[in-house]
Amino acid sequence: MKVLLSWLNDFGPFADPENAQEVARVADDLTSLGLAVESIDIVGDAVDGVITARVMRVEQHPDAAKVRRVWVDAGDGIERHVWCGASNMSPGDVVPLATLGTTMPDGRTIERRGILGIDSEGMLCSAVELGAGSDGSGIMLLPGDSPLGVPYAQALGQARDVVFDLDLTRNRADCWSVRGVARDLAAHRSQPLGEPGRGATFAAGDDRSVVVEVVDGERCGRFTATVVSGVVVAPSPDWIARRLTALGMRPINNVVDASNYVMLELGQPNHAYDADAVGGGFRIRRARPDERIVTLDGVERSCTADDLLICDGNDTPVGLGGVMGGADSEIDDNTTIVALEVAWFESLGIMRTAARHGLRSEASARYERGVDHELADAAIRRFAEILAVTCPELVVHSGRADVRGAGLPASGTSIMVRVAKINQVLGTSLVASDLPALLDGLGLVVSGAGDAVSVAVPSWRPDVRAEIDVVEEVARRYGYDRLGRSVPRAAVHGHLSPSQRRRRDLRRLLVGLGISEAMPNPFVAPDTMQLAGIDGPTMHILNPLVAEESVLRTSLRPGLLTAVAHNEHHRRDGVALFEIGHVYPPGDGELPDEYEALCVVLAGRDAHAAVGVWREIAAGLGVGAMIDQSSRPSGLHPTRSAVLRAGRDVIGVIGEIAPDVAGRFDVAERVGVLEVRLDGLLAHEPGPTAHRAVSRMPSSDLDLAFVLPDDVPADRLERALRQGVGELLVSCELFDVYRGSGVGDGSRSLAFRIRLQHRERNITEADIAGVRERCEQAAAKCGAVLRA
Amino acid sequence: MIDEIQRARDAALAVIGSSDDASLDRLSGELLGKKSALAAVKAGLGRLDPDARRTAGQALNEVMAEIAAAIDDRRAQAAAAALAARIAAEQLDLTEARPLQPRGHLHLVTQAWERLEDVFIGLGFTVAEGPEVETDWFNFEALNMGEGHPARGEFDTLFVGRDPSEQAGASGTLLRTHTSPVQIRAMLAQEPPIHIVAPGRVFRRDTPDATHMPVFHQIEGLVVDRGITMADLAGTIEAFTRAFFGEGFTSRLRPSYFPFTEPSAEFDIRRPDGSWLELGGCGMVHPDVLRAGGLDPEEWGGFAFGFGIDRMAVMRHAVADIRDMYVNDIRFIEQF
Repeated sequence: MKVLLSWLNDFGPFADPENAQEVARVADDLTSLGLAVESIDIVGDAVDGVITARVMRVEQHPDAAKVRRVWVDAGDGIERHVWCGASNMSPGDVVPLATLGTTMPDGRTIERRGILGIDSEGMLCSAVELGAGSDGSGIMLLPGDSPLGVPYAQALGQARDVVFDLDLTRNRADCWSVRGVARDLAAHRSQPLGEPGRGATFAAGDDRSVVVEVVDGERCGRFTATVVSGVVVAPSPDWIARRLTALGMRPINNVVDASNYVMLELGQPNHAYDADAVGGGFRIRRARPDERIVTLDGVERSCTADDLLICDGNDTPVGLGGVMGGADSEIDDNTTIVALEVAWFESLGIMRTAARHGLRSEASARYERGVDHELADAAIRRFAEILAVTCPELVVHSGRADVRGAGLPASGTSIMVRVAKINQVLGTSLVASDLPALLDGLGLVVSGAGDAVSVAVPSWRPDVRAEIDVVEEVARRYGYDRLGRSVPRAAVHGHLSPSQRRRRDLRRLLVGLGISEAMPNPFVAPDTMQLAGIDGPTMHILNPLVAEESVLRTSLRPGLLTAVAHNEHHRRDGVALFEIGHVYPPGDGELPDEYEALCVVLAGRDAHAAVGVWREIAAGLGVGAMIDQSSRPSGLHPTRSAVLRAGRDVIGVIGEIAPDVAGRFDVAERVGVLEVRLDGLLAHEPGPTAHRAVSRMPSSDLDLAFVLPDDVPADRLERALRQGVGELLVSCELFDVYRGSGVGDGSRSLAFRIRLQHRERNITEADIAGVRERCEQAAAKCGAVLRA
Repeated sequence: MIDEIQRARDAALAVIGSSDDASLDRLSGELLGKKSALAAVKAGLGRLDPDARRTAGQALNEVMAEIAAAIDDRRAQAAAAALAARIAAEQLDLTEARPLQPRGHLHLVTQAWERLEDVFIGLGFTVAEGPEVETDWFNFEALNMGEGHPARGEFDTLFVGRDPSEQAGASGTLLRTHTSPVQIRAMLAQEPPIHIVAPGRVFRRDTPDATHMPVFHQIEGLVVDRGITMADLAGTIEAFTRAFFGEGFTSRLRPSYFPFTEPSAEFDIRRPDGSWLELGGCGMVHPDVLRAGGLDPEEWGGFAFGFGIDRMAVMRHAVADIRDMYVNDIRFIEQF
């Protein structure tokens, strides 16, 4: 929301626009009030190089009907010749002359540009060209008694001005107006809120009314229609046009501009209809489904029964209530009598209509935040004052239609506020007698004294409804900077939970293994999970930005495969990536069975590498799981994958990505993969390990090789051997795998090195013989035969 | 006899001088052992008269000691030569070293996330987490944004359902638009005093651009106890500012609006050069929010604050486009 400093000053004064320090102080004050100044723009600075000049003579060019030759005197007695496309000037007029080398607001530079072989020594300017008004129909005519050769702005009385662009919060509906902002600023500076002097007097006229019927009084809490005659449609004076332009509105004509002026100044949207075009009155009702209206912007809109329509006396829609007027009842040059609508609409309905039609107008922006429900009378008067500036014969007729509906908020509400509550929340030590000075300037009138006071809430502050809202107003006026600074003492020392600590350990362990962290999008395309070979239902985003991101992932694999493909395409084969993130399979209830998972992908590496990573994780976190290759997880390589089992629970999958899945993700490399649920792994922190004394006795090694059928996992044999060795076991490690001659087809030879040690004595030949025999027996149960 | 001893000595020293390390052990036996020439001489000593025997015996002992010393010398020489040869052969250019294993890298968001957690832990906070898919009640209703609340419109919410044909507006399940639902979960789960920060992933229906992602990260703080005032909020923000950004950085609060806090504030950080950085939102927990968390606002008071994690990462490392953090390009990741 933009406000103009000169306009604020109508209620001030607050700052001299020429004084940079004063301007900066206004900006600081507004920001400290919670009306954050996003940007400060200087406007109305005169265009350098444009000076006053008197027209000496004008000649029509014989060969070019639209071009005139003009000779001007810029005060130095030298006649300069300029070409001019306009024809509204006569000898004797004072006009703005852009001299050679002047840079115009639109960026072009005035050059000695020849037309028809004759040079032009400058350019005569219109108000539009100077950014000084709305009239582009001809050359700007300056007062005839202006001195010559001086900056045109001096002759015009145009001054520098400042536009503050405010980032308003949703609660401050009242600040969607110059007066609302001025009110806060005046209160902040403990100065009275002034009355703007600009405007002209108008006459009161006889009783002329239009008929108003409000069908939906909930949505339309008040509708007034005032007949105003003596209107002469014309351009607005430059100062009005400049103000509207500075705040981003296009000047149209004096009637529309007066309407907009009132909205910007007071925050009351309103609409001026040609009184002859409304069929004698207005009817405010809900639209019929698919009822059509063409709004002022020329767009035909199809309504729903939730839209509120302003209809004319013939029940024909003439406006989308509170959002935008209709195209058919627009003011035109022949309008002499105006029917002025000033109404109050319920905010949520306006919000829905504006959102549904994608139509956010200046009016709807104000209505959807909440317009002062007692503002109509002031707005009607102000409209007449402003319009009377250009329409001296203006008459405001009595007999105004004024219909109120049930939705109009009650006036005169007040709130009990405990002084102790203020101090409890703010940490201040205020007393009741401090409050009027803080609140009265905002229109919040304090009465009573003692422990609790009564605060009357003005109609322009619908956001103030409860005690805490008043506490906030006190804080705002007291100044957030003046509140003290203390640090509450925590009851416990700060710490990470065991799971959070272990998750950090896990991340660092993975980084130590050369694996980097990725963060793919948790949203995938509808077919992504199937492409990754992952079955099962999914949750859907019901209003996705794009269909490719409309499904909540149930596995981290697709995102990392996409990342592998991306890196391959950029000549970075062999990436090792991990992600720790949430997956969202549907659950029994409303929410999914969301959990945190870890996925590791090792491009260019095989399933054994994935197992290596898992073993490091298991050792690092002190957890265990069985690699069960009898189950084939979907999406993984059928003969190179397993599930990870902790007890009965499947906690993850491990192996390689299935070649067809890799192909579908455009991944050329083999990809080792590990995906595991983290909740259980992180939550179950193993207790401390008790120390076992290291034996001082010598150890002995025993190498044993077994032939084992391919369908029996090596770790089953290893577990059997470990059990078979018994208490002498120090370690048992697989050190060689051999397939080939000497070992039958469908089998392989697995060589283990077993280290034996006794706590109190040397290992004997008998010990070794016994171990060998027990290992042989244990191996036999797995189907393994000791190799000779 | 003496001549014989001298001849054996000369022969032995000549052999030792030309022997290598491996043959010295064998040579020691051959020259000094029981079958050596000198041993034979020694055996013949008995046949000599006592004087001659003494003289010859003495000479023999001296020669044998000389030979043994010569062998030891030769052995030491050989060892030194072998060591020198090995050292020469093992010459290595250390700058030819290749990395043992390329180091992995943590995501920038994780790095910022952990740094923030550490600062707040130092200020006495613990870390709370919550689900990313939430109910309307936790995300909006309990945070003083009931059905139809205008502030809801400011959160471009992504709604979730099992059936993609479901109407977005009809669903009570959504991707949390902020980490604030964790406030409610914390209040419902534990008795005050509460001192938590809740970092986490949040979602908005925002088209990605250089400064926005539909999926991003926030950290939220909540303190609830008896006698908590807005001065505690200002002091905590200030303590965080100094701890996280460093000495010379200060903070200010300025009035703002959030449905779940009142009074509400934006907090800005003032850099040592005097410029301001708008960081996040904060305020005193709204009485309605305390009630939704099962707490009596007459008994308990609190404050909350929140801000973006991604922005901290982007600012720290001068990442021009936030989207770069989510491409998962290894050439980006391995820079940090």
